[in-house]
Amino acid sequence: MLAQFLQFLFSGVTVGATYALAALGFTLIYNASNVINFAQGEFIMLGGMLAVYFTQAGLPLPVALVLAILIPAVVGIVVEKLAIEPVKGAETVTLIIITIGASLVIRGLIQVWLGKNTFSLPAFSGDEPIHILGATLLPQSLWVLGVTALVVIALWYFFNRTLQGKAMLATSYNRVAAELVGINTSWVLFMSFAMSAALGALGGILVTPITLTSYDVGIMLGLKGFVAAVVGGLGNGLGAVVGGLLVGILEAMGAGYISSSYKDAIPFVLILLILFFMPRGLFGGKSTDRV
Amino acid sequence: MKKNAYFGLYIVMAILVVLPFVLPNSFYVDLVIRMAINAVIVLGLNLLIGFAGQISLGHAGFLGIGAYASAVLPTHFGWHPVLAMAAGAVVTGLLAGLVARPIFKLKGHYLAMATLGLGIILNIALRNEATWTGGPDGMPVPAMGLFGFELTSDKHWYWVVALLLSVSVWASLNLIDSPFGRALRALHGSEVASQVVGVDVVRYKVAIFVLSAVFASLMGSVTAHYVGFVTPNLADFFHSIELVTMVVIGGMASVYGSLVGAVLLTALPQALATFEGWETVAFGSILMLCMIFMPKGLVPTLAAKFGKGD
Repeated sequence: MLAQFLQFLFSGVTVGATYALAALGFTLIYNASNVINFAQGEFIMLGGMLAVYFTQAGLPLPVALVLAILIPAVVGIVVEKLAIEPVKGAETVTLIIITIGASLVIRGLIQVWLGKNTFSLPAFSGDEPIHILGATLLPQSLWVLGVTALVVIALWYFFNRTLQGKAMLATSYNRVAAELVGINTSWVLFMSFAMSAALGALGGILVTPITLTSYDVGIMLGLKGFVAAVVGGLGNGLGAVVGGLLVGILEAMGAGYISSSYKDAIPFVLILLILFFMPRGLFGGKSTDRV
Repeated sequence: MKKNAYFGLYIVMAILVVLPFVLPNSFYVDLVIRMAINAVIVLGLNLLIGFAGQISLGHAGFLGIGAYASAVLPTHFGWHPVLAMAAGAVVTGLLAGLVARPIFKLKGHYLAMATLGLGIILNIALRNEATWTGGPDGMPVPAMGLFGFELTSDKHWYWVVALLLSVSVWASLNLIDSPFGRALRALHGSEVASQVVGVDVVRYKVAIFVLSAVFASLMGSVTAHYVGFVTPNLADFFHSIELVTMVVIGGMASVYGSLVGAVLLTALPQALATFEGWETVAFGSILMLCMIFMPKGLVPTLAAKFGKGD
C-alpha cells in the first residue's frame, strides 16, 4: 500500500518538476509581455533532442548539456525578435497563432534534421535504483528534483537580489512606469524569452533519460506546463512550481489508481475543475476591470 | 453596407453553381467539398471569436462528437443517420451549454485554457473507448440516406454542402445585423459597458458558444458521412488550432474572411505536399508571416487597403 503510493509519488514529483520548469517559462514570458508562448513545449523538446545529438556526436556530457541549453535560449531570442516584437499589442488570438507557428517551425526543422525516431539519453549517474520503504527511486529523479530546486532558488535570488531581476519584476508590474524610471523593457523581453527557453530546455534534458524524447513530445509537455502555470495562477512564480508538482503528482496517482489510458486527460480535467471553482487559479489574485 | 454584403453572397452562390462544371477532376471536387465544410464550421467559430471576442481552442472536440455520433449510433445501435446526426447536435448543445456558464466567467488565456482542456479530454475519450470508437484507428461510417435517396457520390455531396454553405453565409449575414449580433459586437467592445446598457452578457456568450458548437457538430456528422470513415484526428488539438487559424487569417469578424481563410488553409497542405518533409516548417512560417504582416487577417487588411468596407 505505502510502497505503491510512494512509487506513484516519486514518479509524479519527477515529471511534475519538468512541468514546473515549463510553467516557470510560461510565467516569465507572460509577466514580461502578456504573451502565452505556445512554443514553450518545443524548447523542452529541443533540450532533450540536442542533448542526445551532441552526446551521440561524441561531445563530453557537460559540454553537450551546456550547448543543449544555450541553443534553445538563442532560438527563444530569435523567436522574440522576429515574431513577437513586431506585433506589440496585437490581440491574444493573433499572438497565440504566432507562437504556434513558431512551434511548428521548430518542430518541423528538428524532424527534417534528426528524423522521427525516439531517442534516449544515458542517466547522469547510473541506473542503480535506490530503495525507500519498498519503493524505488531512480538516481535521475534526484537529478531532476535537485536541479529544479537549485533553479527555483537561483530565480528567487535573481528577482529579489539583483538589479536586472528587479528590472524584470518592475516591467511585469507596470511596463510604462518601468520605462519611465529608465528600465530598458525591450531588453527585459529579450531576457525573459532567453531564460524561459533555457528553463524549458533544462527540464527537457533532465527528464529525457527517464521518459525518452522525439521531435513531437513538445506539444503535450508544453500543454501540461501551461496547465501547471494556470493551476498556479498565471504569472505567479511560486504558483508555477506548486502547479507543476501538483499536476505531475495527480497525473501519476490517476494513472496508478484510476486508469493509465486516461493519464493524459487528468491534467485537463484538473484544470477545468480549478477554473470552474477558482477562476484565477490557486494563487491568482483578484482583479477588477477598468472601464 | 448591407447591400454590399448580400452582393457577396450572390457571388459565392454563383461560384458554387459554376464550379462543378469547370473543375477538371474528382480531386478538385473533393477539395472544394472539404473547403466548403470547413467554411461552414469557421463561419460559426467566427461568430464566437471574431464577433463576440471569445476564444475557443477546443472546437474540434465538438466536431468529433458530431462525427462519432454519426458513426457509432447507426453502426452499433442501428439508428437512422439523420436521427444520429440530430442526437450528436443535441448532445453537443447540452455539453456546450453545461460548460459554458463556468467557462465564460473566464477571460483571455484562462478561457483559452478551459476550452483547450475540454477539447483534449473529448479527444482522449474518443481514442480510448476503442470498443465503441475503434480507438486511434477510427471506424467506418455507414452511408447517409435522405428520403430514400442515397448520398453516395461526390457530386451528391457537392450540392448538399454547397447548399449548406450558402444557407450559412446568408444566416451569418442576417445574424450579425440582428439585435443579437449587435449585442455580440457590443460585448466584444466592452463587456462592462454593454452590461451597463442592459445586455445580458453571459446569456449571449453562452448562446453563441452553443450555436457555434452545434454548427461544428453538424458539420462533423457531414464530414463523417462524406468521408465514410472517422478517426480521432478529426477532434485533436491541432485541428482546433487549424480552425481558429482559418478564422484569424481570413479576418476576425468578417463573414467573407471566414470563407477565404477556410479555402486557403484547406488548400495549403495540398500545395505544401510537394515540399517533402518541409511541410510543417512551411506551414508554420506562413502562419507567422500572415499574422506578423496582417494581424487583422487577409480580408479586412485588403478591404482597408482598397478603401472598401466589408
